[in-house]
Amino acid sequence: MLVKFFFLLREAGVPVTITELLTLLEALASGLGVGGPERFYHLSRTCLVKDERHYDRFDRAFAAHFQGAMDAFAVIARKLPDDWLAKNAEKLLTAEEKAAIEALGGWDKLMETLKKRLEEQKERHEGGSKWIGTGGTSPFGAYGYNPEGVRIGQDRSRNRSAAKVWDRREFANLDDSVELGTRNIKLALRRLRRFARRGAPTELALGDTIDATARSGGLLDIKWVPERHNVVKVLLLLDVGGSMDDHVRICEELFSAARSEFKHLEQYYFHNFVYERLWRDNRRRHSEPAATAEILRTYGRDYKLILVGDATMSPYEITQPGGSVEHWNPESGEAWLKRLLNAYPKHVWINPQPRGRWGHIQSLQMTRELLEGRMYPLTLAGLDDAIDALG
Amino acid sequence: MSGEFRGTERYIATEELMSAVNAALVLSRPLLIKGEPGTGKTMLATEIATALSKPLYEWHIKSTTKAQQGLYEYDAVSRLRDSQLGDPRVKDIRNYIMKGTLWEAFECDVQPVLLIDEIDKADIEFPNDLLRELDRMEFSVYETRETVRARHRPLIIITSNNEKELPDAFLRRCFFHYIRFPDAATMTQIIDVHFPGLKRDLLSEALKSFFNVRETPGLKKKPTTSELLDWIKLLVAEDIPPEALRSDDARKLIPPLYGALLKNEQDVHLFEQLLFLNRRNAR
Repeated sequence: MLVKFFFLLREAGVPVTITELLTLLEALASGLGVGGPERFYHLSRTCLVKDERHYDRFDRAFAAHFQGAMDAFAVIARKLPDDWLAKNAEKLLTAEEKAAIEALGGWDKLMETLKKRLEEQKERHEGGSKWIGTGGTSPFGAYGYNPEGVRIGQDRSRNRSAAKVWDRREFANLDDSVELGTRNIKLALRRLRRFARRGAPTELALGDTIDATARSGGLLDIKWVPERHNVVKVLLLLDVGGSMDDHVRICEELFSAARSEFKHLEQYYFHNFVYERLWRDNRRRHSEPAATAEILRTYGRDYKLILVGDATMSPYEITQPGGSVEHWNPESGEAWLKRLLNAYPKHVWINPQPRGRWGHIQSLQMTRELLEGRMYPLTLAGLDDAIDALG
Repeated sequence: MSGEFRGTERYIATEELMSAVNAALVLSRPLLIKGEPGTGKTMLATEIATALSKPLYEWHIKSTTKAQQGLYEYDAVSRLRDSQLGDPRVKDIRNYIMKGTLWEAFECDVQPVLLIDEIDKADIEFPNDLLRELDRMEFSVYETRETVRARHRPLIIITSNNEKELPDAFLRRCFFHYIRFPDAATMTQIIDVHFPGLKRDLLSEALKSFFNVRETPGLKKKPTTSELLDWIKLLVAEDIPPEALRSDDARKLIPPLYGALLKNEQDVHLFEQLLFLNRRNAR
């Protein structure tokens, strides 16, 4: 049974290995995970998943695999409530709260409603104001503040109704294919910085020298290390305006992270696609343009070129002279992009559009072909890949 | 096995956390803990040690920490100096080997709890350098050619703030648990534990305010459990009445003593703006 689950997990993109499966089996054999589906769920998650970003994938696979089994558990679990609820209520409710219940028509009536709710809950429950356990407007559940609320799904109760923790998918936003904040971007960019520390050993390593000298009994043994200089140079070209408006926030974050991370950062803006002119300050784009040819001359081949844009436009804007939406361009954008790519062999295009949409946009496909596939989505994983491609 | 972990008087552990800790105890594997700051990652090791009455060894990692420092350090420089001064100690290399936290934990007479705090602060290779030590619970001392073996496999708790990705080989050897931000019910329990005599209405108002602040979109740093506890401590100390916290009060722009919750002037500014908008809409 677990072997099938194991392969289902791998299919779902959770990187589990045989070692981890064996660990889980060992844990089960030693009696852990007994006492309800939830325990088993927690134990298997502890053993098999090593990154909270994969929790959501795990939850989905778990739900898919154990659907039938859980229904069986649910039937058993539903037989308990009456007795258990009454007992728990004694413990949980203060005198005032009990008075409030009386005001609502008394305990029995509340319980009756609750039972009805539980009945309804046998069918699949997804959100809504009635579902017991996830708070909201229902008087039943652990999250409400209203005094007439009945706490179900409280921590210590192992017979939490049907225990669909995995169905709540609370970790959905931790999946790494979703967008990221400045800090995450910084950490991703930091990986570029490491490459800058390589080079010829030219600096005296004082600590190592003393250590080595002492180890060889006082004979001088000089050690060298490469100098620590951050030589990574980045030429960042950002698409602004038009279809990029949807992605402004994330691009701002990328930019501010890049700014603090690289000393040698040159940034220019373009609109939709690169042509003979770029500009440095978006407010003065018409008064102070910079000739692309001059940029090509100014910055050497050691610059790493990062283009950020959604590459979503009319195909003519790429292929045709005069295709630009803003002005008459004597040469096609394609020609200019090729020049840039030739001038900077280390280049990537980072695209804020979700990858799933890429196939449907013709101009995006064309740009991707021009870049020979070095286009990456603006997600943590995508940024990692982009930096690998730059390194 | 000497009992299982069920939380302590001062530490509320969720069911899932307990099951993770107990799994690590039974199978004696390291437990890697991640979670938002302030959710009690570091506290956990201390509390496990108290609950199960085991000795605790703490190893706090900094960006300059090397794996070797946890095992032992050979002080070559003082040996060199001693040799020049003709100190007799110099004959025995053992005099210059300083035991690290891991070594001390390995030598403990009973099963200890070992905390490796903030492993992600160290160099990216750090976890890889500890693979064999964590797996076999032994290491060899090059200088004296001896092997140090753990008398009792320690329960190792490793915390991480996600600043660096940990290598797969390392992760395979650990159990993993992500401490989720507590929901309102758990939060109530946590506060009950820290402030037993707190008035009910103050508590519920404070919690409501707190979760409101947390849900404000775009906050740079969301307040966490430890900040909530600080804030309540302040509220109690200043004797703020529960009415002052009621958020539907349009005149109140911002919860009193908000400095304990919001740690960033942009956040305070953002929060004020949102409240201002709310108030204007309410009119």
